[in-house]
Amino acid sequence: MRETPGPVFLERRTYRRRRMADAARMLPILGGALFLLPLLWEGKPGEPVRTSMVMFYLFPVWLLLAVTSVLISRHLRSDTDNGGGHGDH
Amino acid sequence: MATLNVLVLVCLLYVAFLFAVAFGADRAARRGRGTWLRSPVVYTLSLSIYCTAWTFYGAVGSAARSGLEFLTIYLGPTLVMIGWWWTLRKMVRVGRSQRITSIADLISSRYGKSNLLAVLVTLLAVIGTTPYIALQLQSVTLSFSTFAAHDASAAELPTLQSTAFWVALGLALFTILFGTRNLDANERHHGVVMAIAVEAVVKLAALLAVGIFVVWGLAGGIGPTLDRIDASPIATWDQSGGRWIGLTMLSAAAFLCLPRMFQVMVVENEDEDHLRTAAWAFPGYLMLMSLFVVPIAVVGLDILPPGSNPDMFVLTLPLQEGRDWLAILSFIGGFSSATSMVIVAAIAVSTMVSNHVVMPVWLWSTGGTAMMSGDVRHVALLARRLSIGGIVLLGYLYFQISGGGTALAAIGLVSFAGVAQFLPALLGGLFWRGANRTGALAGLGVGATVWLYCLFLPSFGPSMILPQTVFDHGPFGLGWLRPQALFGAVGMDPLVHAVMWSMMLNTAVFVMVSVMTFPRPVERLQGAQFVNVFQHSGTAPGWSGGLAQSEDLLIMSQRIMGGAQAQALFSSAAKRQGLAGYLPEPTPEFLQELERELSGSVGAATAHAMISQIVGGATVSVEDLMAVADETAQIMEYSSQLEAKTQEQERTARQLREAYQKLTQLSVQKDAFLSQISHELRTPMTSIRAFSEILRDTEGLSSEEKGKYATIIHDEAIRLTRLLDDLLDLSVLEHGQVVLNIHSGRLRDLLDRAVGAAGGETDMFKIERHGSEEELWLTTDLDRLAQVFINLISNARKYCDAGKPVLTITAKLETAGLVIDFTDNGSGIPTDQQSVIFEKFSRIGHTKAGGAGLGLAICREIMARLRGEIIYLPGQSGASFRVILPSETVSVPHVASA
Repeated sequence: MRETPGPVFLERRTYRRRRMADAARMLPILGGALFLLPLLWEGKPGEPVRTSMVMFYLFPVWLLLAVTSVLISRHLRSDTDNGGGHGDH
Repeated sequence: MATLNVLVLVCLLYVAFLFAVAFGADRAARRGRGTWLRSPVVYTLSLSIYCTAWTFYGAVGSAARSGLEFLTIYLGPTLVMIGWWWTLRKMVRVGRSQRITSIADLISSRYGKSNLLAVLVTLLAVIGTTPYIALQLQSVTLSFSTFAAHDASAAELPTLQSTAFWVALGLALFTILFGTRNLDANERHHGVVMAIAVEAVVKLAALLAVGIFVVWGLAGGIGPTLDRIDASPIATWDQSGGRWIGLTMLSAAAFLCLPRMFQVMVVENEDEDHLRTAAWAFPGYLMLMSLFVVPIAVVGLDILPPGSNPDMFVLTLPLQEGRDWLAILSFIGGFSSATSMVIVAAIAVSTMVSNHVVMPVWLWSTGGTAMMSGDVRHVALLARRLSIGGIVLLGYLYFQISGGGTALAAIGLVSFAGVAQFLPALLGGLFWRGANRTGALAGLGVGATVWLYCLFLPSFGPSMILPQTVFDHGPFGLGWLRPQALFGAVGMDPLVHAVMWSMMLNTAVFVMVSVMTFPRPVERLQGAQFVNVFQHSGTAPGWSGGLAQSEDLLIMSQRIMGGAQAQALFSSAAKRQGLAGYLPEPTPEFLQELERELSGSVGAATAHAMISQIVGGATVSVEDLMAVADETAQIMEYSSQLEAKTQEQERTARQLREAYQKLTQLSVQKDAFLSQISHELRTPMTSIRAFSEILRDTEGLSSEEKGKYATIIHDEAIRLTRLLDDLLDLSVLEHGQVVLNIHSGRLRDLLDRAVGAAGGETDMFKIERHGSEEELWLTTDLDRLAQVFINLISNARKYCDAGKPVLTITAKLETAGLVIDFTDNGSGIPTDQQSVIFEKFSRIGHTKAGGAGLGLAICREIMARLRGEIIYLPGQSGASFRVILPSETVSVPHVASA
């Protein structure tokens, strides 16, 4: 069920869209890594990592992910979807 | 101080408001006015049913107990939402293109529409949802009693049970009213979605209001709040990695698999594009929902008396501080969270129960004869309503029996782990074509069993269902089967332990069984449609009917029927409907008519499939496909028959063309002959007449002259006689009146005679004879055969145009008989003439020599009488004739020579 290979070079806009789709795929992986990062924080002896510090890390990261998602999803309108869900160039 | 009565009044007004919102939205949608109902904002807000009363109240409780761990419940869904391009996009597309009604429906249709699988999923969903509904009822009653406890004026405290009962009853009523208006689950529940969107705003506003009050009203700003956090019991970050990772993954899985989430995310989805907005807006919503949780927990722990239930801090903090209206708002927020969850969960699970359990049973019990469509519709609606009632009742009973009291969050996670068992089958179904029904059944079965044994049953507490000895020593003393230390995994967190084992075994069994078994054809077909949904579906079709469909239909019909005919059909239909132009409304009558028209061109099944593809948006069923294949096979057979007929006709046409050519040539020959014969007859006659007139009229002719003229007259008369003889001979031969005079003789003698009769060999005409076969004896009409030979030899003498004419006569004995070839070294006969030389009166070119062109015709007739053949042999050095005599006329030499 292989589709016939598409053109090697794409129009600028389509190319941009595909890179945005790549970014959309990468974003949750990046987010997952960032969310797990605090687990590695050890703190100094006698001065453990404070909850408020973790909050000051997690909430901005959260906001950052949401904003990035805004920027990415603006380029991923479904009416310009050419069905290239797989095998993107 | 606000009395309990005010709370009840506000609550009732709020409920009435929700009814009004739902009613208004439903009405607007039915009138087609509600474009604002289909906005991405409403979609995003409807997703917030993920935040139930458990998260509204329980998050603060969880934060008070174990710090930031509560965040994992929001981080999982955040990752799923920002990763919408991976999973949600595909799920929504599949859901729309396959007209999926629930997660059970999705899994069952992916695996070949297996109802067994659907029943299993439904069962697990009911088991997982019931405690969750109980949890919502509990939170409402708990918050109500908390409120009541603070109200000194309340004469008597209402019992928990009665509150829960009335809440359950109200919820069931609301759900039945707005959840079962229309049967088709794909017709969105606009009223319900609008109501839960409003509730989403209310609960966020309530939580933010309490949060702002706590931070700026109680703690005195951001800085002091942070100080309080640092001074609180949850000041340090000593999160267990296992739980942090495990809970994040679990909540992500549950976000995809929860029946109610599936309902709002996939089934109620209006437009795939809404996901783009939800992809950032919903994580934002979750972040705002959790922003003030830690401050509220910390301040609650600080201010409220020790021993207060941290699950109720959101409510008790404003009450303690005398902010009654804030407390009421907070109560409404919690109430909203609880009710919206119960409503959507009841709709989602009741759809599964009625579609996959009640309806099959009913159809089976009535003998599978669904008489009229109205009949089924009625039963389905009733089943849906009863299911809603039943599910809410189950939740209520669970609440009654468990008696409440346990920490809210725990039971929520148990429920999450239960529905997360769908994940392998769900993701496997969407991304792996090799996943099959047997694998899904096995994986789901194993996962569900492990979950029940390791998490669900123990959640009732030791000695409740599973006896304490099982916890300590395993069933039947098998230590490695202890429910919280399976396979010797001792000392793990019970939840992480159960999630790990159930998901791992579930996935492993699912993959292994899928790899080792074979799917049915339907499964493979569905698998391809699901996994490659983006190649198959294009952009998802809109659900709303209208002229767009008519246009699609027109485009399709023009392709099939031809432009003018299709346009005529469409415009006449439009005229009947009172419309101008070419696009009629796609009414059932028109569609039926169109289908009939189309089926004339492409077959009934194909026409049906094509129209339902455009109008219904429904996928083609396997039966449709098989019918199409059938028709195609028929068409192919028919066309191969046609092809055979065409070939036959072509052959006939070729033969006819040949016959026509021959006839034309014959006609030309006949004309030529007539002029020839008249010439042949006229020339001697003219000479005879002229010379006889000279003899009669001229005086004084010498006797020498008279003799000369008489000889000319005589010769001409002989020529005439010969011509007439030939004609007579041919006529006799042709009419089969000839009597054969059979003798035996040697071929050599016969040839000698023929050569002699034809004028013999001279210097100007050489005859070469080859072949020992001349010794053969023939038993046939030798005179006639000699006539043929003479004719051939004299033809060669007359017509051979070589400088030194040589005739070669070769006799050979072949399987066909005796073959005698007469080949000269002239230029031969042109190809276009070869077919007519044996015809009567045919003369080649302008022959100088006499003869009426009857010789070869006579030869052919003679040979036919002698059961032999004479043919022209093309491709020799010159003109070549082959005489074939049947082998029975030939005999061995020594017999005859003896």
